[in-house]
Order: sequence, then structure tokens, then C-alpha cells
Amino acid sequence: MAVKQRLKTIERNPNERNKDFNEVNLGYTQELAIEEAKRCLQCPNPTCVQGCPVGIDIPGFIKKIAEKDFEGSYKVLKKYNSLPAICGRVCPQEIQCEGSCVLNKVGQPISIGALERFIADWAINNNIEEDIIPEKRINKKIAIIGAGPAGLTTASELSKAGFSVDMYEVFHDVGGVLIYGIPEFRLPKSIVKKEAQLLKKLGVNIFTNIPVGLAIHPKELLEKYDAIFIGVGAGTPKFMDIEGTELNGVYSANEFLTRINLMKAYKFPQSDTPVKIGEKIVVIGGGNTAMDAARSALRLGANVTIVYRRSENEMPARKEEIKHAKEEGVKFQTLTQPVRYIGDENGNLIGIECIKMELGEPDESGRRKPIPIPNSNFIIEASVAIEAIGTNPNKLLLSQFDGLELNKWGYIKADEFGRTSIEKVFAGGDIVTGSATVILAMGAGKKAASVIKQALY
Amino acid sequence: MKNKILEKRKLAYGVHEFWIENPIVSKNAKAGQFVIFRLYENGERIPLTISAVNKDSFRVIVKAIGKSTYELCRLNKGDFILDVVGPLGMPSEVKYYGNALVIGGGVGIAAITPIVKELIKEKNNVDVILGGRSKEYIILENEFKNANNLYIVTDDGSLGEKAYPHQFMEKMIQEKNYDIIWAIGPSKMMKACSEVAKKHDIKIWVSLNSIMVDGTGMCGGCRVRIGNKLKYTCVDGPEFDGRLVDWESFEKRLNQYRKEEKIALSKYLQEVGEPTWL
Ligand SMILES: Cc1cc2nc3c(=O)[nH]c(=O)nc-3n(C[C@H](O)[C@H](O)[C@H](O)COP(=O)(O)OP(=O)(O)OC[C@H]3O[C@@H](n4cnc5c(N)ncnc54)[C@H](O)[C@@H]3O)c2cc1C
Ligand SMILES: Cc1cc2nc3c(=O)[nH]c(=O)nc-3n(C[C@H](O)[C@H](O)[C@H](O)COP(=O)(O)OP(=O)(O)OC[C@H]3O[C@@H](n4cnc5c(N)ncnc54)[C@H](O)[C@@H]3O)c2cc1C
Ligand code: SF4
Ligand code: FES
Repeated sequence: MAVKQRLKTIERNPNERNKDFNEVNLGYTQELAIEEAKRCLQCPNPTCVQGCPVGIDIPGFIKKIAEKDFEGSYKVLKKYNSLPAICGRVCPQEIQCEGSCVLNKVGQPISIGALERFIADWAINNNIEEDIIPEKRINKKIAIIGAGPAGLTTASELSKAGFSVDMYEVFHDVGGVLIYGIPEFRLPKSIVKKEAQLLKKLGVNIFTNIPVGLAIHPKELLEKYDAIFIGVGAGTPKFMDIEGTELNGVYSANEFLTRINLMKAYKFPQSDTPVKIGEKIVVIGGGNTAMDAARSALRLGANVTIVYRRSENEMPARKEEIKHAKEEGVKFQTLTQPVRYIGDENGNLIGIECIKMELGEPDESGRRKPIPIPNSNFIIEASVAIEAIGTNPNKLLLSQFDGLELNKWGYIKADEFGRTSIEKVFAGGDIVTGSATVILAMGAGKKAASVIKQALY
Repeated sequence: MKNKILEKRKLAYGVHEFWIENPIVSKNAKAGQFVIFRLYENGERIPLTISAVNKDSFRVIVKAIGKSTYELCRLNKGDFILDVVGPLGMPSEVKYYGNALVIGGGVGIAAITPIVKELIKEKNNVDVILGGRSKEYIILENEFKNANNLYIVTDDGSLGEKAYPHQFMEKMIQEKNYDIIWAIGPSKMMKACSEVAKKHDIKIWVSLNSIMVDGTGMCGGCRVRIGNKLKYTCVDGPEFDGRLVDWESFEKRLNQYRKEEKIALSKYLQEVGEPTWL
């Protein structure tokens, strides 16, 4: 039996979209969504669900789309995932649900992510809201530190269960990486705002501009709250720390993206925060962060090259992002590693000395190890270099939290349910695992919420 | 959080004192820490040292040097600051040292007020040097009455001795043994003082005013090289041992956005006219 081809989502023309920050992928129309949903075999033993970190009833919500019952579909989805419009857009589906779909064996998997997004957007556009009034109020107080996906999920779960929840965020806005990291063309801020509004409706008290650790001491939190959830992320950027790292024009991807996403530097001088653009920008790294920085730079009019030390096969970014970046005109220079930044007398970057690499035997990560080829050095001209090579734990709170055990990389030690070395204190998301994904951070928040509920009900 | 401006006072040309209502900051702030202001949606994030606290409010002293600080200095009593986040940064390492020398230059005088106060509380002998371009720029003089000795130096000799702070500092070190030094002011001054301290092998704290975005250790933009290690001013500092700071790259990084800053300021002045209110 011939299996029907997977239906493509609607994407904007690369030459048009690479000039603005509007969304690239427009998703499915109703007709397309129904067609695609009908391809699902409704497996009695759905392997896709096993591939999903939060175990969404995937055939369940897809079946309702095929039946044109969009509201019903939304209800199924929301039972498992409180941020479907976000996950539908940014989850690495190809290695999760879609990667585990049985149709992979005979053709292309169901486009689960696009269907999830379709339903979530449909609900937003039709003002569908779930019944969010908790059945009973419980006289217990919970503090949530950090308003990224982990904190947002924990807050909403616990608030729905009837707890009184205070959420503290050091930024002026909630969302964490979703607002300062992932650009508008991949995840519109309006969608993250929607989610924040929902939290307010649930009765979560949101306190922004609060650096927990300095403005509120952990001791005070321990006295005031019955449980504390830490979801402060792993936001501190790493640098390769090669010669010339202090030069002007060398950015971490976080800084570059924050200037653009949060501070709207692309509107300078209409907005107040500037960002250096220059003609040639080099982005170093191969993950989602590198793709986001490169595609943002492109939209500011630069000529952009991604430099990565392994080959494209080893790049950790979502396949879709790599494809989009290429279509839009980002150049890729793989098997290349920067070794030194070169500056002019005013401290401005003018070039990057690189060395060519080859792949050796697989290392602990299972990927083939990059090895420098001697005497292959060459110089790439660039006035801006953006390093997207990973992050470290955010110390703002951890340095103040006496007795909180950390692992050897400085992340919080926590068990599967987020229990830490201190009673009443839970943690989850990037601050436990190191840089991971939105859905894993949400999954961690959900698990922690479940044990907090058990302990305090 | 309302962040109302309770008081505003002009201290010198372009230098203004603000008292801002914010109990979270005032309750928790320690000497050496700072806040970040954002005046409105899409505004810049402006780091400012906390210079004093009251029950429900705290003080900052701002020097208008570019668009965002001009805008801030135009606000008046009764106005609100959209966002105030703080306290941020590591507190000053104030404890009993013995003899302390504290140097404040220009608007840096605002930053040393809480440090001097704390040092006196810890029973140190504290000598203070205030430096400025001319007598109009010496601010807050009467807040150092409790110091053991107060010296004033100006570049033009219009008040106190005619000298640069580091020159006067050198003279004092010749006469007296100091166990610890603080120097806060323009980077040129802090650098020069650090060189003197290094020569005499005395520890010196300086407070670095790196260009910041978030102030929470998230962007890496405020990085400085300290004794050959990369440090983030906002979370590892802002105070560092001045003898270990790589001043050359620090100063170059301060000039990163010169061109853009000029554009922003002239555009702003076109909108609001001559800054007679400064
Ligand atoms: C550019 C970029 C692109 C990415 N793309 C993808 C993608 O396509 N798909 C995907 O699944 N994942 C992606 N990721 C990873 C994903 O965003 C993270 O794994 C996820 O956001 C982690 O969530 P979190 O809640 O643990 O932390 P975060 O999102 O980092 O949130 C932590 C929050 O805590 C706040 N905070 C920190 N310290 C304090 C304190 N002391 N007091 C108060 N608040 C504090 C921070 O300001 C922040 O808002 C990307 C990451 C980046 C940087
Ligand atoms: C920890 C810290 C404490 C500070 N305390 C005080 C204080 O008590 N009083 C005071 O008047 N000033 C203080 N500053 C400096 C103040 O933040 C800058 O003067 C202000 O941000 C300049 O903004 P602008 O738009 O007016 O000037 P711009 O025209 O943008 O810049 C002028 C110069 O200011 C510096 N600067 C620009 N943007 C920033 C930024 N985001 N962060 C830091 N410096 C910047 C640069 O050196 C630049 O060359 C402090 C800075 C730091 C980092
Ligand atoms: S594995 Fe694929 S075909 Fe089977 S239920 Fe899941 S999405 Fe449908
Ligand atoms: S200001 Fe961003 S890391 Fe310090």
C-alpha cells in the first residue's frame, strides 16, 4: 500500500523573509491539517507517544483533528502540555515524537509538531480557554524562581492544583530564553505573552525585576514558603577564551540575541540599545543558538557565515533550522575552528584566524572527534564574531544558596523528580541538566509539581 | 513596585541626585551594589550604583553623558521609573582592615559614600580623598564628616589642593601605612590609582563600569580580564583588585558604541532642544 506523502507546511519565500523578523513558518491551513491528520494510522501501541518527553496522547489529539473537532483536540493536547503553541514551533520533533512514528519505516512520519501548532493557534485565534478555576484552594505557598519554560510550567501546574504561587523573575518580562533567546521569526513574542496572561488568570503572583539571591535571600524563602522550585536556567555564556576575546565586535550569542530580541536593537536608533552589524559576521557553533544568531544577523543585512568544527551531520541544531538558514543565505564553513581573533589599534575585530579540522574516531559523545590539521591556518575577514558554543549555570542565585548541592559542572544536583539536597527545595530545567530543550524543561517542571502536590496536599 | 521619584536635586552641572521608592532594593542593598533602570518600553537598561538607602527608598546619583542618562536626568520628583532591578553585583568586602584610604572621583564620589560609612562602622581609620575637575564637581562633601581625614583635590586647584587623585594618593602613602584602598571614579583615575597601589604593593578595590545589558551574568558583554581570567563585571564584580585589571582592553570596550551613542544623543537633542536643564 502506498503511503501518502507528508503535507508540507506553508513557509514564506526565503528571499522575502530574510529581510524581516516576521514568522518564517506559517503552519497548516485547516484543510491541510485535516489531510495530514488523516494520514495517522492511530496505532494501538503508539510509538510516537514514547518519543515525547511529556507523553502527549498524540493519536488522541490527531484523531480529533481528522474529525474536525478542533476544540476537542485542543483539550486533549492541553491535558499534557501547557505550552503547545510554543512546543509546536520549537521542539526538535525529528528526534522525539516524529522520530519515533511508525511511518518512518515506510515513508515520512506524521507532521506532529505542525499539527500541534495548528491546534494551539486555532485555540488562540478562537479564544478557547480551558476551565482554569481550581476546585479547591490549598493554604500552602510555593515560590517559583525564574520564569522560563520550567518555572512557567511548574507555576501553572501548582496553581491549577489550588496552591498559592509566587513567581520571581529577574528580567522585566517572563519567558526566559523564549523571549530573549529564540527570535521572533521562529517564535512570536505574542504567543509567550498569551501564556503569561494565562498564569495571571490562574492567580499566580508574578514579580518581575527581582534577582532572587540578592533581593530575597534563600533563607527568607525557606521561612516563607512551603516549597521552592528553582528554574533559573543555564544562561551564562561560555567563551572559547582564545586570544582577542575582549575585542569589540566579539559577542556571545546570548548578548547578540538579547540586544535584538529583548532590547529591539534592530530598530536602533528608534530603540535605544545598539548592536554592531558590520558587513561580515561569523557565527561560531552548530546548535539552535548558532542558527538563531546567524539568521538574525542576516536580517540585519550582514553577510553571514557559520563556522563549525565538525561536519554538518554532527550539528546539534534542529534540521529545519539548518535548512531554513541555508535557504535564507547563511553560508556554512564546517570542519573549521577559530584559534585567534585579530583586532585593529582601536580594539575592533577585523579578522579571525582559523584552523581546518578533520574527523577522527568517535568520542564519548558518540560523535566523531574533530582534530586540527597542522599548518592549515587561514584568516576569515569579519567585523563581528558571535560565539554560540554553550553555556554555564547562572550563578546569581546559586552562589547565595548555602547547602544546595551542585554537581561537578556547577549545576544543581536533583533526582528525577527535581528533589534537591535541601528539603522543600526542587529544581528543574537547564539548571539541572545543562542546556537542553524547552520540552525537557517543561517535563521537569511537571514532575516537580507532581511531587510537590503529593507532599503538600 | 511603583519606583516613584521621591526627591530630585541637582548637585553639579549634569549631575543629579534621585531618591527612588523601592523597599526591596532599600531593604537588601549593601555597599558596592548597583541597580539597573529601564525608563520605558524599548528603553536602554541603565546600571547605577546604589549610593545610600533609607527605609523605603534608595539613592542614585547620575551623570548625564548620553541619551539614556540625559533622559533620566530630565525626570522630576513625582515621576516613575518603569523598571528597577536590584540590588545586583557582589557587595564590597567591607571588614576591619586597620587603615583604609578611599578615593572618589567625580560622580564616583556617590559610590564611595556607603563604603566609607561601612568601613567606619567596622572601626577602620578611614582617610578620604575627593577629586574633581574643579570645585563645582566636588559633591556630597558633608557626607564624609565622620572620616578621620578628608582631603579635596581638583585638577585646576579651584578647591583644595591642585592635583590629580593618584598624585595625592602617592603623597599620602609616603606618609602613612594603608592596609586597604578603594578608588572609584573615571577609568583613567582608577587605572592611575591602581598603578600607584601596585607600586606600593597595597590591595586596591576599583568598581568597573563596564557596558552591561542584563546585569545577571547572562550576556557576557560586561566581561573583563582580571589577572588573565575572564570575569563578568555584573556577577563577579563590579569591584575587583585594580592591580589585576587589564585596563587597556577595559577602556577600549567602554568605547564600543561611540558612534551609535553620538547618533542617539544628537537625535534626542533634536527632539528636546538645548539641554539647559542640565
Ligand atoms: C538561542 C536559543 C535557541 C534555542 N532554541 C531551542 C529550540 O528551538 N527548541 C528547544 O526545545 N530549545 C531551544 N533552546 C533551549 C531552550 O530554550 C532551553 O532549554 C529552555 O529555555 C530552558 O528552560 P529553563 O526554564 O530551564 O530556563 P530559561 O529559559 O533559561 O529561564 C530561566 C529564567 O530564570 C531567570 N533567572 C535566572 N536567575 C534568576 C534569579 N536569581 N532570580 C530570578 N530569576 C532568575 C532568567 O532571567 C530566566 O528568565 C534554545 C536556547 C537558546 C539560547
Ligand atoms: C555597575 C555600574 C555602576 C554605575 N554607576 C553609575 C552611577 O552611580 N552614576 C552614573 O552616573 N553612572 C553610573 N554608571 C554608568 C552608567 O550606567 C552609564 O553612564 C550609562 O549607562 C550611560 O548611558 P547613556 O545612554 O546615557 O550613554 P551612552 O551615550 O549610551 O554611553 C556613554 C558611555 O557610557 C557607557 N555606557 C553606555 N551604555 C552603558 C551600559 N549599558 N552600561 C554601562 N555603561 C554604559 C559607555 O562607556 C559609553 O561610552 C555605572 C555603570 C555600571 C556598569
Ligand atoms: S506513531 Fe505515527 S502513525 Fe502511529 S499514532 Fe503516532 S503519529 Fe500516528
Ligand atoms: S551584563 Fe550581561 S553578563 Fe554582565
